[in-house]
Amino acid sequence: MAHRVLIPTPLRPYTGQKDAVEVDGGTVGEVLSSLTTSYADLRRHLYADDGKLRHFVNVYVNDDDIRYLERDATKLKDGDVISIVPSVAGGAPVTSASDATELTNAEVQRYSRHLILPEVGVDGQKKLKAGSVLCIGAGGLGSPAALYLAAAGVGRIGIVDFDAVDSSNLQRQILHGTPDVGRSKLQSAKDRLSALNPEVRVETFETRLTSANALDLFRGYDVILDGTDNFATRYLVNDACVLLGIPNAYGSIFRFEGQASVFATKHGPCYRCLYPEPPPPGLVPSCAEGGVLGVLPGVIGTIQATESIKLILGAGSTLVGRLLLYDAWGMRFRELKLRRDPECPVCGDNPTVKQLIDYEEFCGVKPVAAVPGSGVPETTVEELKARMDAQAPFYLLDVREPHEYQIARIPGSTLIPLGQLGSRYGELPPASAGKEIIIHCKSGVRSAKAVNLLKEHGIEAKNLKGGILAWIDRIDPTQAKY
Amino acid sequence: MSETSIGVPTETAVARTTTLTIEALQAIREHGAETFPYECCGALIEHEGVIVEAFKMENTTSGGAARRFRIGPDGYRLADKRARDIGGSLVGFYHSHPNEPARPSAYDLEHAWPNLTYVIISVRAGVPEDITVWHLRDDRSGFDKGELKWPTGS
Repeated sequence: MAHRVLIPTPLRPYTGQKDAVEVDGGTVGEVLSSLTTSYADLRRHLYADDGKLRHFVNVYVNDDDIRYLERDATKLKDGDVISIVPSVAGGAPVTSASDATELTNAEVQRYSRHLILPEVGVDGQKKLKAGSVLCIGAGGLGSPAALYLAAAGVGRIGIVDFDAVDSSNLQRQILHGTPDVGRSKLQSAKDRLSALNPEVRVETFETRLTSANALDLFRGYDVILDGTDNFATRYLVNDACVLLGIPNAYGSIFRFEGQASVFATKHGPCYRCLYPEPPPPGLVPSCAEGGVLGVLPGVIGTIQATESIKLILGAGSTLVGRLLLYDAWGMRFRELKLRRDPECPVCGDNPTVKQLIDYEEFCGVKPVAAVPGSGVPETTVEELKARMDAQAPFYLLDVREPHEYQIARIPGSTLIPLGQLGSRYGELPPASAGKEIIIHCKSGVRSAKAVNLLKEHGIEAKNLKGGILAWIDRIDPTQAKY
Repeated sequence: MSETSIGVPTETAVARTTTLTIEALQAIREHGAETFPYECCGALIEHEGVIVEAFKMENTTSGGAARRFRIGPDGYRLADKRARDIGGSLVGFYHSHPNEPARPSAYDLEHAWPNLTYVIISVRAGVPEDITVWHLRDDRSGFDKGELKWPTGS
């Protein structure tokens, strides 16, 4: 298949002053190869000594830069036009940062499997050494990501977290071990990463990420790796990255499914281009409520680390403009195309958000009155226990799912999952029975919804504050929390 | 060290002459002063053998504009269009070296295109000084210094 290749002015002396030539090939790589075979003098100007396309040579198929397609492997259709478009660069004499960063003999040995990859090589490894990534969270995503970044020799790794290690973290947060339970996650992370690679500088920030501190924390890092577990922080990370022009290696997980992308690059989309509005509070359950397959963040977190490394190297095809979807249960990867939204309030052509805002308010999780669970009649686990002990009449309704009921339960409760309550409320005792209805779930969020649902049907009920977790904490510690 | 070339010295270099209008020269000098201490850059547009316009361009480098300039593919296309719009042709680019001599750096060599005219202006403490012109050798071994002329008075 012959394709038309447009030749820029500086290269026309090598094509007999022709501004376009016809060359055969099914892919961009094949076309360029036959082009430089027919016009041999082109070769040294298009390709560097290592055989790679010089990085100031841009190749387009119609209007698309092949860096954003499949590079050399980009397949060509009949009628596709290939253009070679120069970038022009230069500058004053300078000792660049990468010249100053030399590799020691020990580093040459440690990173030898990188160094023999022509795509990374000594130059790439120096870039990694001079590079920096800030991980937001040392949890499910941050754990595998930070481990691989440290192993890869990223010179400076920052971590923002304020939690302590809980035994329920260990099923997936592989930075931490059993002896670390109760320790600060940052201390545990720092020990683990330093043991893995003492050359890496680990910077820890024991703080909640807020609109007040995000810009100061992010500044100076090459990549921000978003391992957050809530929408308010995710929008905060996104907006801060856009405002500072720092790419965001994004990942998120829920139950068996994960997503990853790269946001906030110069011409790429941001998280708000994908999700302009946060979901209504409570609609999307957290991992604590919905569960998560422990190995899932291992897959997504390592994808985020991969993207961070390519961003530092300035090479490879990153997930800019693509949302990668992973289904661990069906074992399938899918990909969605993303485009920067010119109307985006943060990264659009006429941005309206020019500084960080109140993200809890934006996500509707503030003021307190909007939190599900507040404003409904409540009772405490201590009052419930007192009623049981006094054998006072009441009806305890559990609105969790059957598999949760199997893990732990409050004695005497009746299970009707929240999703079935709308059709099964007739099973509840009538008001004439004189039994007060008390509803519980895991932590009190779903049961508050149940109280409101019953109210719509004219049934009065009370929410058990803190749910079965409070019951286990304060009344029956023999049962396991989940 | 050779004053006329960077890279492997050459014996055969016959200085090529580049002519530009006094307006184009002034535009380059002013642009260099304007962006100091950062590098300026722009396109050189020729008409009938004379550079008639120094077309200012945005320095889109991400590597620190005090020491680097970059004109991306979109910029190149824009310059090419500008040249055609005014009935000329795109023949090269200029950039400034803030507080450095008007000689190509190794980085300039590494990134140079053949058959283009490269004009460099040295700007010291905000004041434009030397201005020079260079051409990449066909074997990429270095630059040859050209001669820069501008007709004065009439």
